[in-house]
Amino acid sequence: MPRMSPTLALRDTAGVAKRNLLRIRRTPQLIVIAAIQPALLLFLFRYVLGGAVRLPGGHYVDYVVPAVLIEAVLIGGMNTSIGLAEDLRSGIIDRFRSLPMARSAVLAGRTLADLCRNVISLALMVALGLLVGFRFHNDPGSIIAGLALIITFGYAFSWVYAAIGLASKDPETAQVAGILPFFILMFASNAIVPVASMPTWLQGFARNQPLSVTVAAVRALLEGTPAGHWLWQSLAWSAGIIIVFFTIALHLYRNATS
Amino acid sequence: MTERMIEVDRVAKRFGETQALACIELSAEAGSVLALLGPNGAGKTRLVRILTTLLPPDRGRARVAGYDVVADAGALRSVIGLAGQYAAVDELLTGRENLELVGLWYHLDKREYRRRTEEVLERFSLIDAGDRLVKTYSGGMRRRLDIGATLIARPPVLFLDEPTTGLDPRTRNDLWRFIQELVGAGTTVLLTTQYMGEAEQLAHKIVVIDTGQVIADGTAEQLKDRLGGDTLEVRVSDAADLERAAALLAGLGEGRPRTDRDRRLLSLPTKGGTALLIAAGRRFQDAQVPLDDLGIRRPSLDDVFLSLTGATAIGSDGGDGAQRQSSNRSGGVR
Repeated sequence: MPRMSPTLALRDTAGVAKRNLLRIRRTPQLIVIAAIQPALLLFLFRYVLGGAVRLPGGHYVDYVVPAVLIEAVLIGGMNTSIGLAEDLRSGIIDRFRSLPMARSAVLAGRTLADLCRNVISLALMVALGLLVGFRFHNDPGSIIAGLALIITFGYAFSWVYAAIGLASKDPETAQVAGILPFFILMFASNAIVPVASMPTWLQGFARNQPLSVTVAAVRALLEGTPAGHWLWQSLAWSAGIIIVFFTIALHLYRNATS
Repeated sequence: MTERMIEVDRVAKRFGETQALACIELSAEAGSVLALLGPNGAGKTRLVRILTTLLPPDRGRARVAGYDVVADAGALRSVIGLAGQYAAVDELLTGRENLELVGLWYHLDKREYRRRTEEVLERFSLIDAGDRLVKTYSGGMRRRLDIGATLIARPPVLFLDEPTTGLDPRTRNDLWRFIQELVGAGTTVLLTTQYMGEAEQLAHKIVVIDTGQVIADGTAEQLKDRLGGDTLEVRVSDAADLERAAALLAGLGEGRPRTDRDRRLLSLPTKGGTALLIAAGRRFQDAQVPLDDLGIRRPSLDDVFLSLTGATAIGSDGGDGAQRQSSNRSGGVR
């Protein structure tokens, strides 16, 4: 049998993705739980805060739905880290590392499986968003592009979470460690409220961090306003994050001890 | 000369402050079983991890099947199978799915890994359970599946880390028989164990490890011989006769007999064999000292350990009575 080749690496990755997808499918309660939080957030923003927040030229629900969609994929990312930490704890990572499978396969397969799960979550959230009154104002092409951008963003961050999962001693630590980046990204951003309403010292960060840039692009794509430079910035962030965290995660995996 | 499938040359490994492994040297020939014997924390698992490319050594070299564990790590992984201390099988997959995936990851083609999966399921009596989730399996079944997974690719070298921990005696014996079959067909096995009986039963060579160092190696017989021979044991029926019995034994063996008053037992190291037994029996008969028991006892590996390390290893005979701290946690993957 040939030692290694790109085809074999892809095959290994597909095997890992299959393993993870089977596991996801067989724990349906996890999918439900993962969907509940963004759903609750959506209802909170729409029905509780919606009346209180006045936005010039728009409904708050339109403003906030992209945020909820992004939050859904970030939650998916957190599951990546918890899942990897669980694998570490159970000893199965030892077996993986002693097999001739490609070194990147475990990580690439997992993030791929999580991407599939995110697509399903996103579809659910979009349906929910439509139910509570969100409306698309652009052509289907732009809408798909907006959703694809969210998926891409989620995929990039699943690599961040993969690194967190591998670096954590156990799933509980992984969960806690994952919350901080999530919070900073979600709340120090334009996702929930306009940046202009924030203290000046925060605005620079809040305006330019990857989530804000992505939310701005998605809003533009869904609303029908020009998305231009937001789009490229978002993609550049995602590409950079993937490259950096793929390297970090792979390094952590190579040295992982159960 | 038979090929050396496992060679460890002065391997050392540090973990923080502790020297987990120091200057380990050992080797195993093709088609043999090498047992690493030692208590918890001795470094057995660490050494196995080094030999299966999970950890690099700090110093020294090691080769498995001719491949260097660091320089040829990738190639090495195709020719080894590892079954760790805890059954590393995926609970949320079926037995069949587990095995097929392992076959795929060994880079077998689909027809091949399908076929071998059926073979393994058959051999380990898991055919009926093949399509059930591993979550529903008993501990013994998980362990069998785990070991079966190491065999999908038929690797020439197998590493089994405490493979029979927590198994019932019948499953354990079954596994022993299976390992012997494999070895008979040419597989080289390195197994770690705390059970003397297991090492004695299976191993062609035993390496005794404690606190990261090899303290003895050889066959079971050689290790026992190091103790200087057998022990003559006399159990008197009446504790009052102990002194008289001790006097009767004078000059028979090596030195003075050890007395265990509670068990009414006298132990005398000896090389005399059966002739000595008969001579002792005659003396006791002439002096009319009633005995409960009289016999020659060969040293157990527990004795070997005691004399080598000054402490008993956990687990005496087949391990059925021993209380283990790290029992086989077959909880697997959630």
